[in-house]
Amino acid sequence: MSDRILTVEGLEVSLPVPSGTLNAVQGVSFHVDRGETVCIVGESGCGKSLTALSIMDLLPKRARRAARELTLLGEPIVGVSETTMADLRGNRMAMIFQEPMTSLNPAYTIGNQLEEALLRHRKVSRAKARERAIHLLERVGITAAEQRLRQYPHQLSGGLRQRVMIAMALMTGPDLIIADEPTTALDVTIQAQILHLLAELQREFHMGLVLITHDLGVVARIATRVVVMYAGQAVETGTAAEVFGAPRHPYTRGLLDCIPIPGKTKRGERLGTIPGMVPSLVGQIQGCHFAGRCNYVIDECRAAPIPLEATPDGGHKVRCIRADELMRGGFQPAESVA
Amino acid sequence: MSTTAAVRPETKAGTGAAAPPMLEAIDVTRMFMVSQGFMRAKKPLHAVNGVNLSIRQGEVVGLVGESGCGKTTLARMLLGLMPPSSGSLKIDGQPLTGMRRRDVARLVQPVFQDPYSSLNPRKSVGSIIGLPLRVQGGVSGEEEKKRVYEMMELVGLARRLFDNYPSQLSGGQRQRVAIARALINRPRMVICDEPTSALDVSVQSQILNLLQDLRRDLGLTYLLISHNLAVVEHMADRVAVMYLGRIVEQTDTDTLFRNPRHPYTEALLKSVLTPEPGLGVPDTQLGAAYPNPLNMPSGCRFHPRCARRFGPCDTIVPRPLVSAAGMVECHLYDDDVKKEAAA
Repeated sequence: MSDRILTVEGLEVSLPVPSGTLNAVQGVSFHVDRGETVCIVGESGCGKSLTALSIMDLLPKRARRAARELTLLGEPIVGVSETTMADLRGNRMAMIFQEPMTSLNPAYTIGNQLEEALLRHRKVSRAKARERAIHLLERVGITAAEQRLRQYPHQLSGGLRQRVMIAMALMTGPDLIIADEPTTALDVTIQAQILHLLAELQREFHMGLVLITHDLGVVARIATRVVVMYAGQAVETGTAAEVFGAPRHPYTRGLLDCIPIPGKTKRGERLGTIPGMVPSLVGQIQGCHFAGRCNYVIDECRAAPIPLEATPDGGHKVRCIRADELMRGGFQPAESVA
Repeated sequence: MSTTAAVRPETKAGTGAAAPPMLEAIDVTRMFMVSQGFMRAKKPLHAVNGVNLSIRQGEVVGLVGESGCGKTTLARMLLGLMPPSSGSLKIDGQPLTGMRRRDVARLVQPVFQDPYSSLNPRKSVGSIIGLPLRVQGGVSGEEEKKRVYEMMELVGLARRLFDNYPSQLSGGQRQRVAIARALINRPRMVICDEPTSALDVSVQSQILNLLQDLRRDLGLTYLLISHNLAVVEHMADRVAVMYLGRIVEQTDTDTLFRNPRHPYTEALLKSVLTPEPGLGVPDTQLGAAYPNPLNMPSGCRFHPRCARRFGPCDTIVPRPLVSAAGMVECHLYDDDVKKEAAA
């Protein structure tokens, strides 16, 4: 039990919009144990970033958050005072954002911001904080760390800034790191390096890591467990091997078919596509959220909400009433059932 | 230090040697003067430094490299938006310098990365797609409308979107508008600068399929600039790898992916993360920093990050080596340099 860092049960996030209520996250559940990397993957607007922000209690003011359970190290983090949250944030849990330029303060030096992260939460001297900052900058692969402390964010490249963000998140030795698209703004070569580093640090500091991304390649390579989100819901969850080795939800399968893989997809051949568009999340959707784009849809799919159910192979869960049938049938195009 | 050797890989015999390349860059260099701060002398930055690239009619050439390697500067020169500092550019056999901008635009068109910022938010879809027709002139309003509708159908945009504004469209629809605008004057060549990197994967595959269909149906030639090597592998016949202003390896796609020769190409290929679980995140061994282009490393410009560097790499500039396997600029494949280093 002591290994459980984060529990999220039935998380709901909604936002008032002119045309009603936007149900951005609808009952998402997952947990993170020490040393695990949980990836939340999905396309724009699926609710993955709001899920991350709601764990940190950093949602926009007008958003409403509710959950059956939301606990960090066994303590509830929903319905607690802002002071309590401020003590946890950047301390027991830290966040790394996509664009390191906008999340670092341009008016303060790197050193100042790194030290601040520790001084806010611990009774240590500035000299001690500086020592730790240098140590961590070196650990994340930044050379000449002492000189870097005196530099401002604009003097660093994107890759270096993201390394600084990672070092900053590590200052207090948090139990949980939430990284929202940490490598999306970076070059592929730098992306591989940053992910390599994150995975290494996570093992070394024995933290839990929640990684939010739209990149299935990244997820397959780094995740312990995966939550595939579509239109506010988790549609498939399981280990990376389960979800990528034997995807069971038509959406997950569809996504994987869209991606060219050197050596597997043939040059010039058509890639898979998912026709149609993500449904509006304003108001309630009857039945399966993916029904409008699914090749295997039948009337029952639209009749009632579809539960996220365990498959016979245990931890692997899927929100599709036809998952078993489709799996047995090898996901053949389904003209016959139309 | 002339590196003007014949680097253009020869067309395999049999493909109509008579037709000139669609686009040709010969020893093209572009230099910028960069401010070093108040009262300090400006410094030259060679964004593109002696590039040779030749694209045959109907070919798809992929151009890959990290940000800041000069991909976009090269693309801008090929579009005639910026003159080279030296070297020459030819389009369909004619020199590009001296050609009127409007004539260049009739032959080559761009599709940019971000369909959110490359479309005028105050113009309707129909007006955006029709603009190149109005620029070239000689088309009546009715004719324009007809051709815009034709083009919208070709790229898979519903007719009812004619009067919509970009803000009412999804990312994929916007990129279709950008493609329709690029193709309405029936150019021979399209330069796609990261055409799908701002899009979701399910939309990316639709746009890539569309680009393939259009190429086949309209006989287009593409230069595809991308940092996504999986996309390049899927689309391109030939790939040029750029590093700090130079093309360091150039060969056909299969050879490049099966047998990358330049250590930089190897590192790039390693960093392609395909959705295959259990493979982990590879260590590219590239080191942390991309060098400052104002302070170009001596010798081979890649040597500070290279895992396979040896004796002469930090002193001697590698020359382009052309063989059946393509072109590579690396001492590892230069027998003369290796012999000398061993001696």
